[in-house]
Amino acid sequence: MSLLELDSVTLKFGGLTAVNNLSMSVEEGQVFALVGPNGAGKSTVFNLISRFYTPVTGSITFDGKDVLKMAPHEVPNLGIARTFQNIELFHQATVLQNLLVGRHRHRKTNMIAQMLHLPSVRAEEREHRHAVEEVIDLLDLQPYRNSRIAGLPYGVRKVVELGRALASKPRLLLLDEPASGLSVEETQNMRWWIDDIRRHMGITVLMVEHDMGLVGKVCDRVLALADGAKLAEGTPAEVQSHPKVIEAYLGTNAVSKGGKVA
Amino acid sequence: MRFHFKTDYDQDIRLFEDGWTFSLYAALLVLALALPLMIDPFFLGEATNVLIWAIAGLGLMLLTGQTGQVSLGHSAFMALGCYSCVLMMEANVPFVVAFLLAGVITGVVGALIAIPALKLHGVYLAIATLALAILADDIIVLLKEWTDGVNGKMSPPIDLFGYEISRWNNPIEWYYLTLAVVLMVTLFYRNLLRAPLGRAFAAVRDSEISAQAMGVNVAQTKTIAFGISCAITGLGGALMGLFAGAFNNETFNFLLSIQLLMMIVVGGLGFIHGAFLGAVVIAFLPQVLSMTTDLFGRGVAIPGLESGVFGVILILFILFEPMGLYGRWLKIRTFLELFPFARKDMFKRQKSYLKTERLR
Ligand SMILES: Nc1ncnc2c1ncn2[C@@H]1O[C@H](COP(=O)(O)OP(=O)(O)OP(=O)(O)O)[C@@H](O)[C@H]1O
Ligand SMILES: [Mg+2]
Repeated sequence: MSLLELDSVTLKFGGLTAVNNLSMSVEEGQVFALVGPNGAGKSTVFNLISRFYTPVTGSITFDGKDVLKMAPHEVPNLGIARTFQNIELFHQATVLQNLLVGRHRHRKTNMIAQMLHLPSVRAEEREHRHAVEEVIDLLDLQPYRNSRIAGLPYGVRKVVELGRALASKPRLLLLDEPASGLSVEETQNMRWWIDDIRRHMGITVLMVEHDMGLVGKVCDRVLALADGAKLAEGTPAEVQSHPKVIEAYLGTNAVSKGGKVA
Repeated sequence: MRFHFKTDYDQDIRLFEDGWTFSLYAALLVLALALPLMIDPFFLGEATNVLIWAIAGLGLMLLTGQTGQVSLGHSAFMALGCYSCVLMMEANVPFVVAFLLAGVITGVVGALIAIPALKLHGVYLAIATLALAILADDIIVLLKEWTDGVNGKMSPPIDLFGYEISRWNNPIEWYYLTLAVVLMVTLFYRNLLRAPLGRAFAAVRDSEISAQAMGVNVAQTKTIAFGISCAITGLGGALMGLFAGAFNNETFNFLLSIQLLMMIVVGGLGFIHGAFLGAVVIAFLPQVLSMTTDLFGRGVAIPGLESGVFGVILILFILFEPMGLYGRWLKIRTFLELFPFARKDMFKRQKSYLKTERLR
């Protein structure tokens, strides 16, 4: 059984069909990419999995559990964490506090205990810090631990958002354009981290990415989307050379460098 | 400039980040404890007043500064805290029990009211809660069987474990009582901030969407914040009524809500210190104003002067110092610590990305 399965999912915004009868399955341990031109419906697929939207038809299951039965705040409890295309951090809080919010689903103590700061709360806090500190080490965030998000450069925010998702120790990580707006070196780092996340942490990754170079390097499987519907699916090379994919890209906007779609 | 080398997790979790900070607050506590020896009863009464305002302000700060929800209805919860405390005291419930129970009652009622109210956002929430504050005035008059309506109630003396504390005979004890409540509330507040719930508050304030994506139940978190906020403000209301000697529906007029909001904005939204700095401003501004009018106007009363000045101060702060007095202090401190390396644009807000992916 696949870890994540979408079966004939359709979502409409008024007259616009943002996702059109889409079926896909992500296997445990994969790095799976969703690609497609602007407005193809990639982020909308993420928002469906996060339960921000409810599909008109179709089903979404995670590890055999019906995701559509859950409220948005219950989805992370399944072990699904995500980042956002336009970075949604808690900007008045520090990096450390942001990462600690990632631990929210692992909290154990109640309000009264927390107000009194009982020993159980302190023990819990130590555990949370331990988990968060591992993420900080992995992502080299030490220099920014106590900085507020509001003053941080874009590239660092992007990493913090990845860290916040990792801090929740997910089984499935949804990354919406992890490399957009990053410099060449930052993209390079992102590549190593995605590799690490899959290899050493055993986390399955579903990502949306325009940078086909990155997709080719880190992904096992790619699904191309246009106007909400599946165009092609396969290995990165297969999808990039698929005639429908080339047509979709040439028909809309970006022309590629050296025969590949960008 | 101080450097922080962190060697274990507890350094992040502790109430005070280092020995220096600890000594600073310890000194402040000693000062607060020794205050009755240093100033006469009149000024001690003023200090008590400041602390009472600070308690009520901490309540609203938790909701507005920490969780990002505005309320203009907190005068209603001060009234509820006060009336329920006094009614229980009149029914011979021991003061400590009546006082704490008044906080709990106010918190529960606040949470119940929050469930429908918090479906509203921003200015709509402000209007709905303002309506509540105005309504509270009428409800107090309508329930005159219990509240004595416009005639109001006399505050009963406080009987603390057989020890009577009246405002006029025991100003020192009154001060210590208030200080004890302040310390309790501040400690609870700080404890929440360093625990999952406090971080959930900040998450809801800064981005409801990603709070949800991290597993925070937004509606529930807001309701809890409203409840705790009302409980604290209710305690402040109870002390305010008891300290005033007598109170009626006018005591908890909706203008009190607006003063409370002004107080936390001027003090610095989102900072515990902000509630205290704001309380000082609120408590002393009337005095300063009456002194200046005495000086220049030879005792001619100007109607509405106080509200007018409050309003102008509020607008000036929103325009020029949205971080409040405490924010200003933080900037000055950083400037001094980094001197001469401070950069002028260090506190400028960065707008480095567009929010095009709107989900609501
Ligand atoms: N909340 C919404 N209400 C109405 N229409 C929406 C909404 N969200 C997205 N859409 C529309 O749905 C379509 C798919 O949007 P989506 O954001 O999923 O695209 P995308 O593939 O992520 O594109 P990009 O590469 O630009 O991020 C677009 O036409 C968009 O305008
Ligand atoms: Mg998108």
